Amino acid sequence: MNGLLAVADLSGDPRRRAHDRRMQRLLGSSAFITIIISALILFVLARGSIDFLKSIGWDLGVLRDSSKAPGWFPRRERFDLITIVMGSVLMGSIAMLVAVPLGLGTAVYLSEFAPTRVRKILKPIVEVLAGIPSVIVGYFALKFIAPNIVDPIFSPDQSRNMVVAGLAIGVLVIPIMASISEDALRAVPSSLREASYGIGARKSTTTIRIVLPAAVSGIVAAFIIAVSRAIGETMVAAMAGGRDGSGPRVLDPLEPGLTMTAAMTNAAGGTDQVNSGAPFQVLFFVGLLLFMMTMGLNVFGDRFVQRVRQQY
Amino acid sequence: MPIVTDSQRSATRTQVRQAITQQNRHLPSIALSVTLLIAVTFTLLTLFSLLARIVTQAIPAFSERGVSFLSGTIGSEPDKVGIWPGLFGSFSIGIGVLLIAVPLGIGAAIYLEEYAEQNRLNRFVVVNIRNLAGVPAVIYGVLGLIIFVGWLKPVTNGGTVVAAALTLAILVLPVVIITSMEAIRAVPMGLRDAGYGVGASRWEVTRDHVVPYAMPGILTGTVLALARALGEAAPLIMIGAITGLLPETSLSGKFTAIPMLIYSWSGRPDSSGGNIGWSNAAAGAGLVLLALVLVFNIIGIFLRNHFEAKRVGT
Repeated sequence: MNGLLAVADLSGDPRRRAHDRRMQRLLGSSAFITIIISALILFVLARGSIDFLKSIGWDLGVLRDSSKAPGWFPRRERFDLITIVMGSVLMGSIAMLVAVPLGLGTAVYLSEFAPTRVRKILKPIVEVLAGIPSVIVGYFALKFIAPNIVDPIFSPDQSRNMVVAGLAIGVLVIPIMASISEDALRAVPSSLREASYGIGARKSTTTIRIVLPAAVSGIVAAFIIAVSRAIGETMVAAMAGGRDGSGPRVLDPLEPGLTMTAAMTNAAGGTDQVNSGAPFQVLFFVGLLLFMMTMGLNVFGDRFVQRVRQQY
Repeated sequence: MPIVTDSQRSATRTQVRQAITQQNRHLPSIALSVTLLIAVTFTLLTLFSLLARIVTQAIPAFSERGVSFLSGTIGSEPDKVGIWPGLFGSFSIGIGVLLIAVPLGIGAAIYLEEYAEQNRLNRFVVVNIRNLAGVPAVIYGVLGLIIFVGWLKPVTNGGTVVAAALTLAILVLPVVIITSMEAIRAVPMGLRDAGYGVGASRWEVTRDHVVPYAMPGILTGTVLALARALGEAAPLIMIGAITGLLPETSLSGKFTAIPMLIYSWSGRPDSSGGNIGWSNAAAGAGLVLLALVLVFNIIGIFLRNHFEAKRVGT
């Protein structure tokens, strides 16, 4: 050693570098596990769907029941896809009818009108609502929404029906709608609001004509993600929706119905009690369809969220 | 004779004052405020009526049964059931999530924020994690049914609480990763630069500076993930949690969890006899679950707010 420092001396102790590389590999592998999970989900759903299609002899006509009383009766090998898709769409639509006005109204109030003190109390309350498990909301649907709201107003034939489940799913997605739209509204720069006030606009005008249009992509994202949640919701639909596979194609939401998710729980051992053959394998097919629907919605919604981030 | 009369002057003055202090009645503004307040009121009303319904329905279960409601086992008579098997199942699931999802999730977040280069593969990993977070719970149930109940039967012994814990750990993994990534991203760059400046390796900077600094945010994610796992029932139905009779609880036998009990009990008809019906038993289990989940959520929200308040100065 002549006292001069070479570049090699700056690279540190080889043992420490080796340790760093080991940690990088370890941490990296935990990140790549998520890819494996996605691949497994796709593999399991696709393999099961192919098994299902094989056992119905690739006869896609089975999926469209053309008999007099079409319906979803896996045990009788009748898989009318329209019944359960309609069930999901109807209950999802009712849910959004509840969640959009309440969620968006809460978001606008929180972001534009609420005094800081009120906001500090209200926002955690909305977050608490977001944390309530869906079985609890299912219980609420059965023991409160059905007997105290839907029965007295609409007097349906059965107290478990698509309106009850739809309203309860709406309650579940209010916080999603509220929190994503609130983020979008708060991302609107205050200079836009100030410019509007500067030319003499009122608060209401500013909110409706300036802030909401500026945040529209975030609000659309909130809507899309909320729809995806509503369609993927299982417990409320299974508990309060009536679970009736004869759920008619007539668009009467006061009838009991069956969603895609509830059909899956039935097939897995809820009420249908078969563990092999087409009646069981159909759950993979429905799962794949549900997976693709929610994935499509989420990717689409995420695009909108990214757009908000880039704009400002 | 004055050009402007006193009455005109005072009228103008009130008009101007009202305009400035916004006391004038402008119908669309009032309509908007009223609409928003109605929306907020309804949202709050929903939350409070939900809590009120659960609490009032749960009171008989607790006042009549007391501790035996917590320690008893499940069965077919609403005034004799207890939630012990559910507590055991949920507790085991919570442990499983802590042991599996938390280390994996934090590790993945550290890799993606500290180590990963900005290339196509790593961007794909992040997008994929965001998508996984949006996959419906029931689909994770299908995954659990095939992988943990089927393929890994030698390890999990079929539809046991071990399979349930693994399934729910996978379900909450994206939540842990996303919240931890956000926490790590909020760590000021200067902290890392200072560490590298004194010759620390990347792992040393991460372990000694970045992770401790991001800990409150990481904990928030962990706590919220735990709350989510405890409340989830759909995957448990798929992997075969039971709701009938469960004389003994074990890691290698049949299992149930609190959300499964609520699901099953609230669907059973209330008979007229007896003080405790199935809806009271379900509400009792619901209250226990809500208490657990809300406590976890409040801890999470509190930690996050505390964390955000501290960040302001930096």
